Amino acid sequence: MRAAALARNVGHAFGENRLTLAAVAILIVLLTCAGFGHALAPYDPLTTDGAAKLLPPNAAHPFGTDALGRDILSRVIVAARLDIGMAISAVLLSFAAGLALGAAAGYFGGWTDRIIGRLMDTIMAFPLFVLAMGIVAALGNSVLNIILATMIINLPFYCRFARGEVNVRRELGYVEAARMGGNRAVPVLIRHIIPNILPPMMVQASLNMGWAILNAAGLSFIGLGVRPPTPEWGIMVSEGASYIISGEWWTFVFPGAALVLAVFCFNLLGDGLRDLLDPRRRI
Amino acid sequence: MSFVWRRLLGTVPSLIGVVVVTFLLSHALPGDPAAYFAGPAANATSIAQIRAKLGLDRSLPVQFLQYIVDLVHGNLGNSLTTGQPVLTDLIQRLPASIELTFFALAFAVVIAIPMGVWAATRPDSLADHFCRATVSVAAAFPTFFVGLLLVYVFYFLLGVAPEPVGRLNEILYTPPARVTGMYTVDSLISGDWQTFLASLAQLVLPAISLGLFALAPIARITRASMLQALGSDFTRTARAGGLPRSKILVTYAFRNALLPVSNVLGMVFSFLLGSNVLIEQVYGWQGIGAYAVTAVLASDYAAVQGFVLMMAVLYVLLNLLVDLLGTMIDPRVRFES
Repeated sequence: MRAAALARNVGHAFGENRLTLAAVAILIVLLTCAGFGHALAPYDPLTTDGAAKLLPPNAAHPFGTDALGRDILSRVIVAARLDIGMAISAVLLSFAAGLALGAAAGYFGGWTDRIIGRLMDTIMAFPLFVLAMGIVAALGNSVLNIILATMIINLPFYCRFARGEVNVRRELGYVEAARMGGNRAVPVLIRHIIPNILPPMMVQASLNMGWAILNAAGLSFIGLGVRPPTPEWGIMVSEGASYIISGEWWTFVFPGAALVLAVFCFNLLGDGLRDLLDPRRRI
Repeated sequence: MSFVWRRLLGTVPSLIGVVVVTFLLSHALPGDPAAYFAGPAANATSIAQIRAKLGLDRSLPVQFLQYIVDLVHGNLGNSLTTGQPVLTDLIQRLPASIELTFFALAFAVVIAIPMGVWAATRPDSLADHFCRATVSVAAAFPTFFVGLLLVYVFYFLLGVAPEPVGRLNEILYTPPARVTGMYTVDSLISGDWQTFLASLAQLVLPAISLGLFALAPIARITRASMLQALGSDFTRTARAGGLPRSKILVTYAFRNALLPVSNVLGMVFSFLLGSNVLIEQVYGWQGIGAYAVTAVLASDYAAVQGFVLMMAVLYVLLNLLVDLLGTMIDPRVRFES
């Protein structure tokens, strides 16, 4: 019975909204590139070729070649793993940490709530990209620290969301009942409250993915984290930028387009998922 | 008035938090600032000397007090790359960033608010769908990529935009005498129309690239709050009373819809100030963002720290300004808080 309702709901969300279906298709392409990029890429993304510098798109190199004669298509494909990987890890980390902190703040209230709330306010007192830059500058210039910085600047959104949801549920009948049954706070949270707030949190996470991709790519665009010759969309756009004045547009357009496509895909998925889980907000 | 004071006091905890975090960012982290300051050629003794000189061998609370004392005296340390005091560097470059941010915000507001109102008056029409599509596409474009695309199309292909060489092509024009540090304002003050137009022309593309991403949140919230205001009882009453459409739209609906719009501005500022860094990088803009990028890549700690602090203070003040404007738009806020 529930399965049938779910299937109908899924069918509705996809049938009504062709865009969500398109987003799922793009997601499959992106994940395939991320998973099997090296096998799919026609050339090695790092091999330079002095004879094939800055070739415009042609049959052998559909996206052209860069200043060192590397195949841009191969680099764009292989970069998917790093770009999407960075964003997914950052989102998962802030999801987990935000859920834990927010749930504690919402359930215990009092000082726990005040301290956690103050911490989140402090993060939000910075322009977020600037804070991310500062964190990477302080912790050191590495991919891991880009992930960490992206996680920290996203933390307040998850934390506040989880706090609000837990706070509403804390006094509900089934939670009272669980407490009366002799459960301690942590089992009540884990077994009874958190499973109920996971779906809306997941919508939040998928809406957040696009932003995380933009943030990580922005950091590597200005030269943080990822180092050349590693293929990564942000750094490829920045490398291609020097050839605009001489008209070699393919050096930055294709990696940039990959970024746009990925962000667009996750934004649409987030909207689709929201429609699926909360039909009332379908506008 | 008491509301203004309360709101001013409310910024104090944020400012304290900001100062603590910027302090921690450089003093309490795994890396060794002394090693950075000493440079690559340093040995153990010179690092120890620098550590003592910077006071890094003392306990954290003592260092924090020292940091506060320095801040109060406006001492943010010296930049390694420019050799000047960081505060001097930042103040020198700040007007350029403020000018860019202001024009970007103006662009976003001027486009997004009418767009949102237009979409809200015709829900589910073609216009509404068009607005929604534009907004979601704009939200997927990384600012730096938009910046580069605009340069390619309008400078390289069409040749209508000036060369992206920063705030003014200094081969052709001389920067105006510094009064505010903003070229457009300064050139107007000195009555130099040519320089004014030239610096305005340099501003157009960066401001549009920066403002484009801010379109989405402003247009969405305008549409949503206008829809709500237009569907409310007071609008129905006004309509039933036979008031002209323009009066209903502007005085009744729009004024009520403005408060949610001013609330989303906080997020928009966070975005604009952050993305400034990227756009300044693309257009060779001589603002504090470009300065910070150079500093980060050179591990110029004091400069990065000063930049983060200045941006955060600016952001806190902007939020304060937005809140105060909000009370002017809608007196109810004063009583609610």
